[in-house]
Amino acid sequence: MSVDTVVSRRAVLAKIGLAFNFVVGAILAVPIVRYLMSPVARGRTGGYLDWLSLGGLDQFPAGQTRLATYRNPVRNGWDGETADIPCWVRNIDGQNFQVFAINCAHLGCPVRWFQQSNLFMCPCHGGVYYQDGSHASGPPPRGLFQYTYKVEDGKLLIKAGETPTTGSPTASSKGNGPSCA
Amino acid sequence: MRLIGRIGSWFDARLQLGGPIRETAEHAVPRDSASWFYVFGSAALTAFGLQLVTGILLATVYVPSAGEAWNSLQVLNHDIALGWFIRALHGWGSNFMVAIVLIHMTQVFLFGAYKYPRELTWMLGVMLLLVTLGMAFTGQVLRFDQDAYWGLGIGASIASRVPFAGPWLVNLLLGGPIIAGATLSRFFAMHVFLIPGLLITFVCLHVLLVLTLGVNEWPVPGRIVRRATYLREYHQLTHTKGVPFVPFAVWKDILFSGFVLLSIAGCAVFFGPFGPGGPPDPTIIQTAPRPDFFFLWIYALLAFLPPAVETTLILTAPVVGIALLLLLPFFAGEGEKSWKRRPIAVFVVLLAAVTLGSFTQLGLHTPWSPVMDAWSSMPIPREYLHGRTALERRGAIVFQEKQCRNCHSLDGQGGKRGPALDQVALRLTRDQLVRQVIQGGGNMPAYGKNLSPAEATAVVAFLHTLHPEGQAPARDAAQDVALGADQARTPLR
Repeated sequence: MSVDTVVSRRAVLAKIGLAFNFVVGAILAVPIVRYLMSPVARGRTGGYLDWLSLGGLDQFPAGQTRLATYRNPVRNGWDGETADIPCWVRNIDGQNFQVFAINCAHLGCPVRWFQQSNLFMCPCHGGVYYQDGSHASGPPPRGLFQYTYKVEDGKLLIKAGETPTTGSPTASSKGNGPSCA
Repeated sequence: MRLIGRIGSWFDARLQLGGPIRETAEHAVPRDSASWFYVFGSAALTAFGLQLVTGILLATVYVPSAGEAWNSLQVLNHDIALGWFIRALHGWGSNFMVAIVLIHMTQVFLFGAYKYPRELTWMLGVMLLLVTLGMAFTGQVLRFDQDAYWGLGIGASIASRVPFAGPWLVNLLLGGPIIAGATLSRFFAMHVFLIPGLLITFVCLHVLLVLTLGVNEWPVPGRIVRRATYLREYHQLTHTKGVPFVPFAVWKDILFSGFVLLSIAGCAVFFGPFGPGGPPDPTIIQTAPRPDFFFLWIYALLAFLPPAVETTLILTAPVVGIALLLLLPFFAGEGEKSWKRRPIAVFVVLLAAVTLGSFTQLGLHTPWSPVMDAWSSMPIPREYLHGRTALERRGAIVFQEKQCRNCHSLDGQGGKRGPALDQVALRLTRDQLVRQVIQGGGNMPAYGKNLSPAEATAVVAFLHTLHPEGQAPARDAAQDVALGADQARTPLR
């Protein structure tokens, strides 16, 4: 056996070894990617949204807009205060409601309600909305995000669980009107 | 001393590092490059070293948990001996590091050091700028306060605008559906493991290239870089007129690094640590989130982009900008190095400095934001009420009560979102005032639904008095003719 063939045999073995590692690596990559993608996958299969109560209707007097908070349905034990999410509840006429996300439709800063001028104002880039959530002025490309709501047993329930952003489920459902009485 | 020498040679016989280290230390550099202009690279490395040490020290106490992070920062600030000082060093070290990296980059750009054969050195430098900014941003998130919380909200909102993959990216960025524990954990992993790993790798390659290719010579006007001849010319420059790096150049690096460390320590002592601000409780909405200094210009820019092109610009401008920086050596890889013969390069630097400076300044003052408490905290100046009718004073009350002040200033006090109204009666006639208040327009909300007819009449009556003494308010001259001069000039009061 000549030296050349010995070298090439070992080179082949080295290449087989590399290919073997590549295959094992590819197999290992599957669970790693799945692990990294878990926040997305969970959102896709089960969905993050859930019905949750904002409390009795008596907290939301007719014709007024009040801040309500809820504990996010999907949470971890170490989330602390960050799992408490605020939202604005507008009782239009005692029968119909609008529940707005706290997040400005521009870049997500917390909008504040000014009852005297009936406006929502955002502290970040100056977005302003009318009392019905529609865009009044400033950079937001649309009106405030709205949660779907329903009234059950004298309680106001909303479908929530995910920070509303452009393209998220909360944003696409305009949230108007009760889904069931 | 002899014992130390013997121990040293025992190790060197095994490690055999003495030779390469000596060779590196004494590598020839062009005599002119042993200059004070060439100290910023090593200073950035020194600042990074300080960040590494202080970062590890902070990690011995910091708790990367959404429920506890803020409390652990309070413990660092108040309960642990000199914990505040380590936090201050890390915070100020971050600002200094970003600033020095930017200065280093500007110097390298103006001195043409990115040209052949140092293209890759420049590209790694651009990557180093990006990871340094990445460290600054993730570090700001770890200071888990209100600004960090809502800053993440801004990040998520930007990510959500990516076509198709937007909502997925938001979940990936936040580690779940909301900003919470999972979000902080992944930013901790990025700030402490991932980005530092990249940073160290890039730094090693960057320094290796500086040593391999040699430090840039002092640019002389008229000395043109050509691929065919440059290496030979540089070799000649270093080997005939060169000097060893140690000790000819190194003393300036060492002194400047010491000066930088002292400055950071000085700022840390005098100004103290950054925050944390209010606790990361999203239900506390009385907050005006603001990013750290080096991101203020982006924050300001986001207030000015027209909605129609905003998403496109947010998503493409960074990619284009980074690509331009990375590719710079490929469209300007040869030619003049001296900034004295590169007016466009100088202009680009000035333009960038003025632009970034202006937007940063705007970000500090946020004239586009309503002053949320102006309506209740800034009274109407006395002279604007003196000698006015009851209706006009009633209008002043409506003006305050309806929060007009949040966007409009009187006597320099109030929001700057809308125009100052001290002389509004000179600009708008009574009819125009009514129209503007009722219908809004020009970025002003319409108040028609929020004002009763009586309130609208009152507030317009008040606004109509806002003009300097001796200057008559604006009037519609055509109306004079149509209605007869006498009738139109008779005020409604």
